[in-house]
Amino acid sequence: MNYVPGEIGHLAIISSFVTSFIAFGLYFYATKHKSTSWEKTANFFYYAHVATVFTIIGALFYIISNHHFEYHYAWSHTSSLLPIYYQISSFWEGQEGSFLLWIFWNTILGLVIIKTNRKWTASVMTVFCLIQAFLTSMILGVVPFESLKIGSSPFMLLRDVISAPIFKMNPDFIPKDGNGLNPLLQNYWMVIHPPTLFLGFATTMVPFAYCMAGMWRGEIKEWIRPALPWAQFSALVLGIGILMGAYWAYETLNFGGYWNWDPVENAIYVPWLIMVASIHTMIAYKKSEKALKTSIILVVASFVLIVYSTYLTRSGVLGDSSVHSFTDVGLYNQLVLYLLTFLVGSAILIISQWKKIPSTNEELETYSREFWIFLGVTTLCLMAFHVILVTSFPVFNKLGGLIGLDLNLAPPVDQVGAYTKVQIWLAIALAFFSGTGQFFWWKRMDIDKLKKAVMIPAIIAIGATLVMFLTGYFSSFDQEGKEKFDLLISLLSYALIFLCAVYSIAANFTILLSVVKRNPKLSGGAITHIGVAMMLLGILFSSGYDQIISKNYTGILWSSEFPEEVNKNNLLIYQNDPREMGNYTLQYKGIRRLFKDRGFVNQNFVEPTVDPEVYVAKQNIVNKGILKGDSLTIDGVENSYFEIDYIKKNGRTFTLFPRVQMNDAMGVVYSPDIKRTMFADLYTHVRTFPDPEIREEWNNKDTLQVQVGDTLYLNDYVSVFERVERLQSVAGVELGSLDAAVKAIIRITGETDTYYAEPIFIIKNQNVGKIESVVHDLALKVKLNGINPEQGTFSFEVSSGQKDWIILEAVEKPYINILWLGTLVLTIGFIVAIRRRYLEFMAMREKQLE
Amino acid sequence: MKTSHIFAIAVIAIAVGIIISSTGDAGTYMNFNEALEIHSKGDDRQVHVVGELKKVNGEVVGLSESPDKRSFYFMMVDKANNEQRVFHPNPIPNDLLRSEEVVIIGYYKKDTFIAKDILLKCPSKYQEEEIKV
Repeated sequence: MNYVPGEIGHLAIISSFVTSFIAFGLYFYATKHKSTSWEKTANFFYYAHVATVFTIIGALFYIISNHHFEYHYAWSHTSSLLPIYYQISSFWEGQEGSFLLWIFWNTILGLVIIKTNRKWTASVMTVFCLIQAFLTSMILGVVPFESLKIGSSPFMLLRDVISAPIFKMNPDFIPKDGNGLNPLLQNYWMVIHPPTLFLGFATTMVPFAYCMAGMWRGEIKEWIRPALPWAQFSALVLGIGILMGAYWAYETLNFGGYWNWDPVENAIYVPWLIMVASIHTMIAYKKSEKALKTSIILVVASFVLIVYSTYLTRSGVLGDSSVHSFTDVGLYNQLVLYLLTFLVGSAILIISQWKKIPSTNEELETYSREFWIFLGVTTLCLMAFHVILVTSFPVFNKLGGLIGLDLNLAPPVDQVGAYTKVQIWLAIALAFFSGTGQFFWWKRMDIDKLKKAVMIPAIIAIGATLVMFLTGYFSSFDQEGKEKFDLLISLLSYALIFLCAVYSIAANFTILLSVVKRNPKLSGGAITHIGVAMMLLGILFSSGYDQIISKNYTGILWSSEFPEEVNKNNLLIYQNDPREMGNYTLQYKGIRRLFKDRGFVNQNFVEPTVDPEVYVAKQNIVNKGILKGDSLTIDGVENSYFEIDYIKKNGRTFTLFPRVQMNDAMGVVYSPDIKRTMFADLYTHVRTFPDPEIREEWNNKDTLQVQVGDTLYLNDYVSVFERVERLQSVAGVELGSLDAAVKAIIRITGETDTYYAEPIFIIKNQNVGKIESVVHDLALKVKLNGINPEQGTFSFEVSSGQKDWIILEAVEKPYINILWLGTLVLTIGFIVAIRRRYLEFMAMREKQLE
Repeated sequence: MKTSHIFAIAVIAIAVGIIISSTGDAGTYMNFNEALEIHSKGDDRQVHVVGELKKVNGEVVGLSESPDKRSFYFMMVDKANNEQRVFHPNPIPNDLLRSEEVVIIGYYKKDTFIAKDILLKCPSKYQEEEIKV
């Protein structure tokens, strides 16, 4: 038992909570009395806070990397075989660790604020430190009274968390190994996606803190200048975080896509939409002093929504509605308190200043820039409203329950369909506004000028839409099982989103050309909007027009009761038995293991050793340059792969390796493999395969009498009885001087490979023993039943079983690359825009105005 | 009427539309008796049922797979202790036997419940309770 890192860590957590609280008080005082000396003292305590946070992280990492399984966190989330990069990602698998990651980013952001800002430091840091105090309280792990537990500490000892009988006998018991990291998280995206996402979470706090500081100090509009570049940065990082998550889901999870409208996804999508909306109103304010109130509300809302999403995903309130959300670790009340503090606190601050906030009574003009921005912002808010409404059903149930009302709201039956049917229409409006609004942004417009400006983009968009209509592409989506009216609505919405997205790209492109001529620094907006419109197109094609190509109408009709209910999307394929699927012929070649420097190797050609990472080759594997007896190092102990050849009608061939991970603690987990081409992805995932734990059934027993050198047919496979070998020793059996053992070697030519069956015959103490040999790939079992020395014949018993099989689903996703490319364009646009606002801020700071 | 008024009315109208449409799409939690009752009244909407697999002495019973392995039947016990035979038109999820809670979404057809979707809650996804010695 090593108590030291835990004690240090726990002490550091308490100190970090205390220092953040002290720093909060000192910054508060410094702001109130405009005192730089108090601010300096506060900074000192803040630095101390940063040091304690780094100590916590150091202590936890020490525990994980040195495999101290006496600690619950290390035992629960890691194992001794986990490579270093997954040790890092195991850090944020648990609730406590992910809070820690968030706290870490906050400390860094605080340092940046202290470094870059002069005028606002004390007031902004007051808000910062209060948030930090709340976050550190989540991992505090202190029990002041019997019934009150504050926070869940990552430094709990295993014996204090789990009451297993072993601890009664031996309190110092340390498990040999941990449970390991969830296989789904063993992915490079999971090393970089959570840090990005939590940086996004953390950054929403910066514009919020500036806004609150502004309200507090009575500088109700000055806060916008420093807050704007941060809001843009936050939207960028959150956006990238969301898309990384989507890409991870696409590559790793097997629900067949990149977005599932799961509460965990929605909880980030909504604050992101609001953050993007707030950027627009802030820019509008800077340009024409309008929309200040809206900006304040939106900036506050996006932060409060982040806190709300933390409550949703971590309090356990989602219960039955999501399989992904974290379970409750006893933070429910703390999370509610956190949410209410910032909701009520910010509301009070805003209301106290409300009358001082200027607003215009000028009428909105249809041909004004503000009008179009408002249309866009309103659309974004409606999108957010819809998603948060549906995601919050479990919260409504809970609130209803408090007043004795049984609302009984379950998530929509068809989740994806229910979200999509509203979001798509709002996205159409968004694309249209983002195209048209840009013209108003750069020029004063009247109806004639507008007509002229819109003309070319409109012609391009209408032309392209007509072409798509006439070629019949729009109606080529999967129409199975839909009502006529629904089909019409789908068709219309698909056509409209195509029209508006193309229009937006064309309109923003013409703007981009004219802006770049004037000043390339200002081109961020146009580029970003092009990116968004491209993403909409990519989503339309890849999700609206995806095709399940493993559709199968020829299967055995087992359920004559429910023929129309039986899912036809999956294909059953037996090993080495080619099967047609769409334009392809598929051949499943068996299960492979992945070895370092060797690639995929047939699992039947290797056998395990005492070291779980090392295997030994059972036979020569010519194409891999492996000789019998070579030892091989496995790449991923839990991973197995299904080798599937795709042979296209025109003769082109490729191979996919969808994966299955078998982990004792977490069960069986499948991941897809994707063939990527320029115009479409072919996505394949295995749904199920025979459970390796279950013993095979053997039948069709056959007895053969053969001599050495004979050719024989084993279940129709051409085989040669090559030779017999006398064995000096047999594993597991002790041979005395009167005992004997013989091994027969039969070479079998399979469809794709050569196999060896090597049954053994033993005589020990005048008793006969037989060790049969199984050739898994060919579903063959060979037993050496007897030897007849007079005739020189050997008697074999041959049984055959069912061949291995997989059930797979294959989906083609056209033009998905437009989505990823759009993401890249969006990112570039944001960077250009942030750079512009940051330079503005720096220029003001040089003039000592900031 | 001023533009801003028209704008406000339009926004409110859309918001109300969204509320009506999404509460209309909301599912309902039911037990098997209630689901059977609405089915017998000719209501074929899909509902959510929460429960677990039927177990005798800790062993799951009533699970049968189709020969082509693409669909299966199982016995489920809901929270009100009603037993029901359920058909699922997909291969058996590998975690099914390990699940401690099952949420199914579907409808009755004759006396069988057709589960279009299955959500499994597995005990060990995030919190483990057993220690291997």
